[in-house]
Amino acid sequence: MAADTPTAAEDMSTVARQGLVDVEHQPGAKKPDPIVVADKVVRKFGGLTAVDVEHLEIQRGVITALIGPNGAGKTTFFNVLTGFDRPDDGKWSFGGKDIQGLSAYQVARLGMVRTFQLTKVLSRLSVIENMLLGATGQSGESIWQAMLRPLWGQQERDNTERADALLKRFQLDAKREDFAGSLSGGQRKLLEVARSLMVEPELVMLDEPMAGVNPALKQSLLGHVKSLREDGMTVFFVEHDMDVVRDISDWVIVMAQGRIISEGPPEAVMSDQRVIDAYLGAHHDAALSVEDEDAILAAAREEIEAAEEQESHG
Amino acid sequence: MDIANQLTLALEQAFGPSAIIICLAAIGLNVHFGYTGLLNFGQAGFMAVAGYGVASIVSTWGFSFWLGLLVGLALTVVLALLLGIPTLRLRADYLAIVTIAAAEIIRFVVGASSLRGYFGGQDGLQQYTGSFFALNPYSSQMGGLGLSWSKADFWIMTVGWGLVVLFSLMIFLLMRSPWGRVLKGIREDEDAVRSLGKNVYAYKMQSLVIGGVIGGFAGFVSGLYQSVQPTNFATDITFFAYTVLLLGGAARVLGPLAGAVIFWFLISFLDNFFSAATSGDNPLIPTALMSHQQASLMRFVFLGVALMLLMIYRPQGIFGDRRELAIDGR
Ligand SMILES: Nc1ncnc2c1ncn2[C@@H]1O[C@H](COP(=O)(O)OP(=O)(O)OP(=O)(O)O)[C@@H](O)[C@H]1O
Ligand SMILES: [Mg+2]
Repeated sequence: MAADTPTAAEDMSTVARQGLVDVEHQPGAKKPDPIVVADKVVRKFGGLTAVDVEHLEIQRGVITALIGPNGAGKTTFFNVLTGFDRPDDGKWSFGGKDIQGLSAYQVARLGMVRTFQLTKVLSRLSVIENMLLGATGQSGESIWQAMLRPLWGQQERDNTERADALLKRFQLDAKREDFAGSLSGGQRKLLEVARSLMVEPELVMLDEPMAGVNPALKQSLLGHVKSLREDGMTVFFVEHDMDVVRDISDWVIVMAQGRIISEGPPEAVMSDQRVIDAYLGAHHDAALSVEDEDAILAAAREEIEAAEEQESHG
Repeated sequence: MDIANQLTLALEQAFGPSAIIICLAAIGLNVHFGYTGLLNFGQAGFMAVAGYGVASIVSTWGFSFWLGLLVGLALTVVLALLLGIPTLRLRADYLAIVTIAAAEIIRFVVGASSLRGYFGGQDGLQQYTGSFFALNPYSSQMGGLGLSWSKADFWIMTVGWGLVVLFSLMIFLLMRSPWGRVLKGIREDEDAVRSLGKNVYAYKMQSLVIGGVIGGFAGFVSGLYQSVQPTNFATDITFFAYTVLLLGGAARVLGPLAGAVIFWFLISFLDNFFSAATSGDNPLIPTALMSHQQASLMRFVFLGVALMLLMIYRPQGIFGDRRELAIDGR
């Protein structure tokens, strides 16, 4: 049956995922087919070292999550890789091509497209216009051809068709003609992800794409992200929701205080002591004696009783 | 007091060359500010280099008027590049500071007495427009519906409104295209546009050049109407052009057109009205309240109040889209 035969892209993504099996669970581990390789990337803000990545590889064709506590440097690392920020030091490549020093738009043109943690929708453009802006290679975007619609009309129709299909997929088709500025916070997240896909990127970097998206839609968004992988795209995303990370990522990279502290498949990373320490602070699980436990429990009980008393009096 | 006559005079002004000058300047600003979000506070500078370009080519160097027009346009392009190259990569406010300063520098340079031999100092340059008026097809006063203009003014108006229509059409065609969409995107959030692979800097530069060249045409018309003088290119003309743009509605093709006509109608009507109301033996407004000298300033007071009311009750301008106001900055 045709449905059972995997397409070439699906095949590739399976191969890409299998490639991760032999990768060691160590920060900076070598991958069989990396799309991004970063070396000694350092970004300082005054005395604060926000990013200090010794070596990092991102496997092509899989979903890689970047997690870490607030202020770990995830967004800053995104900014540096995509040309939105300049590092103090470091070099990195995309698809084998050195891209440090390139402007943000050049990086995007190469096929490495990012979204923003604080959404950047174009408020006074309609949702469909936001989408169309994402399409690449538009001849109508050249000043010399812009005034003559016949030169770009057909391309515009093709792009509109693609945009409409994406809007439907992200359940924004009802909002097509509305100003993007009138969308809710979650809808803006969706629009931004959909718009970045209009660029037809090879690697899409999503900074907290699920933040503020309702659970039902989150499920379908997860499905979309997985389908990107089936389409042969590489996904690199930042996320705080561990269930999401566990559900869709093939590989997880953990960052804390600017450094990569752990790498591996979701289960391995989440039981890694270094990761637990980074999230909760060290010594959180120093064994308690029975007496200590009793004392804490008694104190808690007292507190609850006091609160109840106050409530009944008040 | 003859109100009908005052209305006629005001209407003649509203469609006359002064309105065309401000309208063209505002069309240029619409490209900059309305569509791209570039704060150009030096539109007067673009007008000045174009106006003085043609005037000095003819008067000082003795070349033809038509060559002068080309030189004037080339100068506006050069000015746009000079202003844009250092500032367009920086935050929006830098362009504002640099443009307003550049416009003032240009005005002081052309007005300098040490350069009187080239630019005529404070008196400016006159009588260089012969080639233009030689083509005037009108041989007497022109008009209709009780309005009339001199044949020279009417010739300027024919060409001037022709330019307004031409540029408005051009803006319409440009702004409905994907190119215009990129500009509007830049106005909203340039980083978002960058993240989609567009060379924001190049687009801003194109916008600055196009708006500046249109501003240059405002300078040409100004020179044809009044001769070129430093005072005609002072900063207030830039701000009047902004007023016109906001009045009509920014980022609307016909905004500058409607704004310019209404602006000049109000300005000249209020001027005529207060001037008449305070003159004569038994003035309508007692001298104790307002003297004849004070009257000429009243139009600006009223214009200011009118602008404030507009901003409060219809901040999107006459042609603006109400829906845009409902958007907050989340
Ligand atoms: N422009 C800036 N100037 C100064 N310090 C900055 C700047 N941007 C980020 N930082 C600092 O760098 C550190 C890393 O910030 P970053 O935004 O990368 O964190 P993050 O991992 O994305 O956190 P979150 O999960 O909360 O989004 C923080 O301590 C932050 O205060
Ligand atoms: Mg962040």
